Amino acid sequence: MDTGVDHPGRQARDGVAGTSSLLEVRDVTKRFGGLVANQAISFDVAPGEIVGVIGPNGAGKSTLFDVVTGFYRPDVGDIRFAGETLTGLRPDQINRRGIGRTFQKLRPFNGMTVRENVTVGALLRTASVSAARGEADRCLALVGLSDKARAFARELSTGQRKRLEMARAMATRPRLLMLDEVTGGVDQRSIPDLVALIGRLRDEGVTLIVIEHNMRVIMSVATRIIALHLGEKIADGPPTEVVRDRRLVEAYLGASYL
Amino acid sequence: MTAGSSRPTLAPPTSRPVLKVERLAVAYGDFQVLWDVSLEVRQGEIVALLGPNGAGKSTLLNSVSGLIGPRSGRIEFDGRRIDGLKAHARVALGLAHVLERRRLFPRLTVRQNLLLGAYHAAAKPHRAESLARVEALFPRLRERRNQAAHTLSGGEQQMVAIARGLMARPRLLLVDEPTLGLAPRVVTDILDVLRRINGEQGVTLLFIEQNLDLALSVADRAYILESGHLLLGGTADEVRASAEVRRVFLGL
Repeated sequence: MDTGVDHPGRQARDGVAGTSSLLEVRDVTKRFGGLVANQAISFDVAPGEIVGVIGPNGAGKSTLFDVVTGFYRPDVGDIRFAGETLTGLRPDQINRRGIGRTFQKLRPFNGMTVRENVTVGALLRTASVSAARGEADRCLALVGLSDKARAFARELSTGQRKRLEMARAMATRPRLLMLDEVTGGVDQRSIPDLVALIGRLRDEGVTLIVIEHNMRVIMSVATRIIALHLGEKIADGPPTEVVRDRRLVEAYLGASYL
Repeated sequence: MTAGSSRPTLAPPTSRPVLKVERLAVAYGDFQVLWDVSLEVRQGEIVALLGPNGAGKSTLLNSVSGLIGPRSGRIEFDGRRIDGLKAHARVALGLAHVLERRRLFPRLTVRQNLLLGAYHAAAKPHRAESLARVEALFPRLRERRNQAAHTLSGGEQQMVAIARGLMARPRLLLVDEPTLGLAPRVVTDILDVLRRINGEQGVTLLFIEQNLDLALSVADRAYILESGHLLLGGTADEVRASAEVRRVFLGL
């Protein structure tokens, strides 16, 4: 996999390495009628980061994923990936440019086998079915599902279906992978394995953005946390600083916990 | 927000339980959401159900109101086992549920939405009286009675949803995250409404809220769920003083 990001290495004078960003989200606003789901959100993601996105229910996390991956078009703002604007592109075009994702509501092709599901992802990158199958097998090994390759997707447990979604997304060879709720609904005993898997995906050279509600999980995997509340970005930084951030503590617990 | 302003408790701790949930387990297929959860709500209380996203709070309310069947465990309302009853039968017993995200009929008027809350046989004969009562509680809904529900602000829509729940004449009202997505000023109004429903109408309340301070400013007692397990339950002061809170909500 091409993990070398093609930035020219030019350091901006003020120390902000603007050209080294893989993803640039600029002033993105998305409204649904009177509801502002994302309000002027801006952030950059550098190659190799694992960015955790947190926030109370209705904060705008999944909407942000949908805007970045082309399921929604932002009302205002611009999103650039590897220097190229994504605004106006369809989800499949964005996938082809190197952004993969999973969904909070799992959406495998239930009537296909596990291997076929992942092969569909790999066919985005190659017209050769045998090459796609090879890539599928590699991705299934990566997520620990090789022994289920011949099972139908509908036969899998929730934890296994989450791994399948990750394998299918990885088979599209993303440079940026966006995971929506990795541990939701999964037995607590399988959580450490899923956390380890996120680390393996990063070791494959993939940059990650992860929505996750289990704070212990997010604290252990994220190199950086972005917190949203009522559609706005309220904190952005190293995990240990963000969870002590005034606005975050107020949003989660209230002013008496400051 | 004033955190320490817990109201004088109306319910003596010895009052009888209206709702008793025992060792409840709930799963959607193999996607298990609740494990072995037990709690109770006593006559006249306001009880908050707290926990991060995905902790199982809505699922707990949904199984109490009968929208989802439990895998195991039992639920009693007024000393009677209800976990085998259909949702509408539970409404008739005096248990109403205000759903997350309000779920109004957007094209119907405010008043039509309210009247649909009094649909079951025990509530229908009292419709006029119930309507007068909820419109006295929410004068703005009376002003807007002929407006289509979708033209209301988020806070007003939440009031319609709560008022529609009251139209069923419940003794226990379940309210799923009434402050979701609302601006801080409107949140204060909604929490005030909950206090009044309890204080003026004598309705026992079990409600979900994500912000701890806000919840404990209204509740007599609270339970915290974490990843489908009941972590702790206690009076508002006990929960406020718990060291577990920062760990659960902030990962510290």
